[in-house]
Amino acid sequence: MLEIEIDGKKLTVPQGSTVIEAAHSIGTYIPHFCYHKKLSIAANCRMCLVEVEKAPKPLPACATPVTDGMKVHTNSDMARNAQKGVMEFLLINHPLDCPICDQGGECQLQDLAVGYGNSASRYQEEKRVVVGKDMGPLISAAEMTRCIHCTRCVRFTEEIGGFQEIGMANRGEFSEILPFLGKTVNSEISGNVIDLCPVGALTSKPFRYSARPWELSRRKSVSPHDGLGSNLIVQVRTGQVMRVLPLENEAINECWLSDRDRFSYEGLNSEERLRVPMIKHGGVWHETDWQTALEYVVKGLNGVSADHGKDAIGVLASPYSTLEELYLVQKLARAFGVNNIDHRLRRSDFRGDEAQQGVQWLGSTILELVSAKSVLLVGSTQRKEQPLLAARLRQAVKKGTELNVLHYAADELLTRVNAGIVLPPQAWVAALGGVLKAVLGLKEGSTTTLDVSAIDVSEDAARIAASLVNAESAAIVLGNVAQHHPDFSQLLMLAQEIGRLTGARFGLTTEAGNSVGAELAGALPKRGPLGTTVTAGLNAREMLASPRKAYVLLNTEVEFDSYDSQQAVAAMKAAETVIALSAYKGQGLLDYADVLLPIAPFTETAGTFVSMEGRVQSFNGVVRPLGEARPAWKVLRVLGNMLGLSGFAYDSVEEIRGECLKAGTDVSANLSNTLSSMPVDFSVAATAGLIRAGEVPMYHADAICRRSPPLQLTAEAAAPRAYVHGSVLQQLGLEEGAAVVAVQGDSQVTLPVAVDNRLAAGVVRLACAHPTTVALGGLFDRIELKRGA
Amino acid sequence: MLTAESLALIDREVAKYPADQARSAVMSALRIALEERRQTGTVPEERCLTTEVIEFVANYLGIPPVAAYEVATFYNMYDMKPVGKYKITVCTNLPCALRGGVDTANYISRKLGIGLGETTPDGKFTLLEGECMGACGDAPVLLLNNHSMCSFMTPEAIDKKLAELE
Ligand code: SF4
Ligand code: FES
Ligand code: FES
Repeated sequence: MLEIEIDGKKLTVPQGSTVIEAAHSIGTYIPHFCYHKKLSIAANCRMCLVEVEKAPKPLPACATPVTDGMKVHTNSDMARNAQKGVMEFLLINHPLDCPICDQGGECQLQDLAVGYGNSASRYQEEKRVVVGKDMGPLISAAEMTRCIHCTRCVRFTEEIGGFQEIGMANRGEFSEILPFLGKTVNSEISGNVIDLCPVGALTSKPFRYSARPWELSRRKSVSPHDGLGSNLIVQVRTGQVMRVLPLENEAINECWLSDRDRFSYEGLNSEERLRVPMIKHGGVWHETDWQTALEYVVKGLNGVSADHGKDAIGVLASPYSTLEELYLVQKLARAFGVNNIDHRLRRSDFRGDEAQQGVQWLGSTILELVSAKSVLLVGSTQRKEQPLLAARLRQAVKKGTELNVLHYAADELLTRVNAGIVLPPQAWVAALGGVLKAVLGLKEGSTTTLDVSAIDVSEDAARIAASLVNAESAAIVLGNVAQHHPDFSQLLMLAQEIGRLTGARFGLTTEAGNSVGAELAGALPKRGPLGTTVTAGLNAREMLASPRKAYVLLNTEVEFDSYDSQQAVAAMKAAETVIALSAYKGQGLLDYADVLLPIAPFTETAGTFVSMEGRVQSFNGVVRPLGEARPAWKVLRVLGNMLGLSGFAYDSVEEIRGECLKAGTDVSANLSNTLSSMPVDFSVAATAGLIRAGEVPMYHADAICRRSPPLQLTAEAAAPRAYVHGSVLQQLGLEEGAAVVAVQGDSQVTLPVAVDNRLAAGVVRLACAHPTTVALGGLFDRIELKRGA
Repeated sequence: MLTAESLALIDREVAKYPADQARSAVMSALRIALEERRQTGTVPEERCLTTEVIEFVANYLGIPPVAAYEVATFYNMYDMKPVGKYKITVCTNLPCALRGGVDTANYISRKLGIGLGETTPDGKFTLLEGECMGACGDAPVLLLNNHSMCSFMTPEAIDKKLAELE
């Protein structure tokens, strides 16, 4: 520790701190532009000049390490003169037109110019002009004349984004910030440069010129889009969400947001929002009032249960719903006598349900995961599933974490991969078995009850095993792909075994913002709230494979959210009645539903999301529900009462939360990935043909982001193609870009074929959750490709 | 996009740095690419670096294209605009200016019938103004095609030089 003095205040700071860090630690503000605590030091703006005793000239506080006994003056004549001078230079080429600048009111340059600049300019000469740049549909770089060349945006893409997409071209007066010519900025976390830019050079394209910061109120919320549970500041004006910014939380999202978290709000007021209850009569939709709609629902449910029994009803809920909604929907179903309830629509393997001992979760906190010295990712399109976790793992790798991967594609993770196994999905169990076998070899005297004798240990499996065994802390994480995988329970069982032998933690990076909450709430066929015993019902797959007569859908569009959309749609169409509680009237729902009840998305209701690390985060609605929409918990409460069920007299969402979580009990006691022993089948099914790798595209994962126009304009949201390895294309005798017919079951779709040589042979990467591929079947089932017409 | 010889030269540069530091070789790689274009180009447009060439070099080194672009646009000697077969860069900084550097530039300009920064219509000569070349003692000086320094460029010396280049 070093003792220093800043403006007469004595303090001790750790060796290696900079003057600006020391000053900020005691709340002394030093003006700055280029410095950012999460980025490398550039020291190019010179705004942070301070006086240091015995130094002959002012020093940049952001780049000056403290030395013992240092005396710093941030507000002396020398410091103030230096700051004033720098400000004058910065303003020479900066347009002085704040009233027409989108950043006005939240501009660091504006603020600091008021605080440290002169009131008039002495500069009479010409100012430079820089032409605008195209950075894609999210970031506006139309006013690059405003840029002060702090290079924060450049450093962000390189250091946090993992790939430098923005650069500073030319020199001196001609310097310009730009993406490479003809390219846009495509990072999945690109929007952060908007926050980072201290001036109005980079601004939010969707938000531009729609409001002034001082007109907006700031409300806290939580992102539903991935398991991270990023903290949000939702800014609203006159009952409308205007934009979303990060709320800093070092343990979760740091000071960042993924683009999905940031720009999905544009889908909240989409044309497709359901604003009034609707009933279908004779194939025609009619708008109606709540009373009529709810009576219709009650009649429908009673009718089906009278005619076909309670088991003829199935409840499918989305893990993007709140804890309270999911708790109520299962309570309502079970009180009514329906046991068929599930939120795991994209899962295909439920063999682990009986063996499951608790609520499946990450297995550690996010911070613990990123500080592990060795991480094995199984079946994860990391950057698309959890963009910010991917960014954090990238930082971890820089600090020495070994990242290992088992996947069907050697995807670009923009970081160093220690060892990777790339195999088609059906070979994963054997591959992970190989890792287990290698671990057994490395750990003398260790045994397993699983029969691994017939497995070959590949070189990469051995490297992964060594990495896990030798690391002082290790973690195994099953991504979304692994969770949708037909052998999910087997993979989890193997992760558990490897974890047991190596001491590695293991868990899942869950799909939605409330996947863990959904399990806690008991939206499961075989487990009630907090794991209580219930009469077993059918899981999501069974409910669709053997169609029910009636379905209740909470916040889901089954054609996009299911493992097998073909099967799901068929089941819906065959049902006598489909009751949908939804915030949107998507085409699918209009086709197969019979009644649509408008519910509020997360911004319009109070609720709770439990993140993948088991963090319980409650939030309030930030705006009133749109039109006639109502929070789903209120709708379910009324339905409960109208069905004559007891225990639905809630006054507030807190009451439901208290009942669900048994107010005061420790949620973490319910979290466990442990499976009681299960046999594992290591044989690799011989498949002559191709297997589909059905991924959920990043910007089609949930109902809100699907409807966000700016996200839909990104390259990532482009219409799906059938990606195959070059060798597969050759065998098929096709050329890249040719139309190909993809056949699954009795349906087919025509779409372009494309080459991706990072894919395992035998795999067709073909996205789900997109209108063009809804006709197809299971995400990891057989698929046939034929030359298109 | 580049010849095998050029790629071999780039490989030699890359080998000078640690395996994961190919970025360090970007200046040499761009110089080699430009030199190849200068040697093989037949019109001014073919003698300079283009975004395609820069992207190719970046991908060859495995670095982001914009990182290579930053370097290519920062340094004067990487020609980003079409240049003639002979690129003449005259120093007009102060020491040279005191000893006739500006006159030299004007003389060449009149003789070739082009202004500073221009290329003759036949694509043969490009005339540029340059910064101090560290050869002030030999003023006035000019640099021919980045690599050959010509000292004491009096009108006679210029006439002679240009005649050689005919
Ligand atoms: S665009 Fe903004 S963030 Fe990027 S260098 Fe310019 S001022 Fe800095
Ligand atoms: S903040 Fe220190 S030089 Fe920019
Ligand atoms: S000033 Fe011309 S070479 Fe130095």
